[in-house]
Amino acid sequence: MRRVLMRIAHEIVERHPPPEPLVLMGMQTRGVPLAERLALSIEAIDGRRIAAGAIDNSLYRDDLARRSTARILPSRIPGDIDGSVIVLVDDVLFTGRSIRAALDALIDYGRPAVIELAVLIDRGHRELPIRADYVGKNLPTRRGDDVRVRLAEVDGVDDVALHPAPLGLPTDGGR
Amino acid sequence: MVTEQIAPQYEGPPQVAAHTATWRHRHLLDVDSLERGEIERVLETARAMQEVLARPVARTPALRGVIVCNLFYEASTRTRASFELAGKVLGADVINVSAGGSSVEKGESLVDTVKTIAAVGADVVIIRHPASGAPYLIAQTIDSHVINAGDGQHAHPTQALLDAFILHDAFGRLDGRRVVIVGDMLHSRVARSNLWALTRLGAEVTLVAPRPLLPAWLARGGEEREHPLALPNVSCDSDLDRAIVGADAVMALRIQRERMRGALLPSAAEYARRYQLTAERVARAAPHAVVMHPGPMNEGVEIASEVAHGAQSRIEAQVSAGLAIRMAVLFLLVRGVS
Repeated sequence: MRRVLMRIAHEIVERHPPPEPLVLMGMQTRGVPLAERLALSIEAIDGRRIAAGAIDNSLYRDDLARRSTARILPSRIPGDIDGSVIVLVDDVLFTGRSIRAALDALIDYGRPAVIELAVLIDRGHRELPIRADYVGKNLPTRRGDDVRVRLAEVDGVDDVALHPAPLGLPTDGGR
Repeated sequence: MVTEQIAPQYEGPPQVAAHTATWRHRHLLDVDSLERGEIERVLETARAMQEVLARPVARTPALRGVIVCNLFYEASTRTRASFELAGKVLGADVINVSAGGSSVEKGESLVDTVKTIAAVGADVVIIRHPASGAPYLIAQTIDSHVINAGDGQHAHPTQALLDAFILHDAFGRLDGRRVVIVGDMLHSRVARSNLWALTRLGAEVTLVAPRPLLPAWLARGGEEREHPLALPNVSCDSDLDRAIVGADAVMALRIQRERMRGALLPSAAEYARRYQLTAERVARAAPHAVVMHPGPMNEGVEIASEVAHGAQSRIEAQVSAGLAIRMAVLFLLVRGVS
């Protein structure tokens, strides 16, 4: 995972060399430590201190009415985001719906110059016209499979696990 | 009769496991139905809502398409405005119905009014009513979520939750903290709901009032036969100068002038002499003590102006906390229940 994050950090630096005003926004919950790690990696590459924030999209989700665990986590926006380059960071990119919600949330804070997306895992099955600019690993899955990323900061351990959907069951995934 | 006023539907402390992921309440009628973990869940959600309020665009689509109706049978500025704004910030449509200027003036009964409001599609009905228990009646009548915004002398749950929020802000966990509440304990719905909220969060509460307005039976110990509803961690005192010593927080309640005519209270001047929160009295509390008042204040009666606007006052913070708490309650009731 460290190698993958370092590669993403290099790609971000390549596309946005200093002194571009770069902000990393982690999506609650596991995108947040990923954004912090990326910020440290970028600092190791070119010495820039990058602000890492957190964004919670739960008030913007289109499936809010259908979810039972309505828990809102804090958003932390580092300073004014007007005109800055924002890289949204999340662990798994799936339907794209939570990214859509995060974009709505983000735009309520200001008008960034650019918003890009970095994800650790892209598992496919998009339901919206959204793609990632930086991908750690493409992971072919079926819709009903369960992809779990665990991070030391949250779960005590770094790993990615694919739990296949039971055979013969309808696989409508997160929809 | 007094026991009925305290808690019409109280069935002992809730037994369900704390802090479950799903919010299990359709209504917020009083704090007594919330267990500690649930009160903390409201406070935690309100904290996230405060962050929403600090944004350049304080508006989210979380309750888009939800219709919220404010139904107020009593005068109110802050509670009503705060509920209205809370709904709007979350993207709900808010309609206001007040007793004056509605069919209530034409003699429509409460139940009929509420059924009409439900029939036009209100998902949430927020009610303030002079009769204790009115929100319970409504919750049984319609399918909408019901929020009690103050009923008679019974309960004012969002006020108690916002007071708990302020104290949580000041002290973190409230275990072992001592809160002094001064005022008409017998008739105050704010005091009642605060009793539930604060004791459940582990605080000790001292109620201070002239003896005729002090529900001494609520306090545990000291009496020959304890009242069955006596609460742990509650004490009563008619001497503010004694009770305030070392307190972590002091809350003054509004003295309702109509009570003075009823001979329960001495004159305003006499009350002020013994029970006003003055700078001198507040100085006897702990140095970090915070001062609160649910508003509207009678400055110079229950609280001195210099205290109300002093460094230890959290009275303005209470108003903004009220908005965040009401957003949290709306959100949890509508979106937290699966």
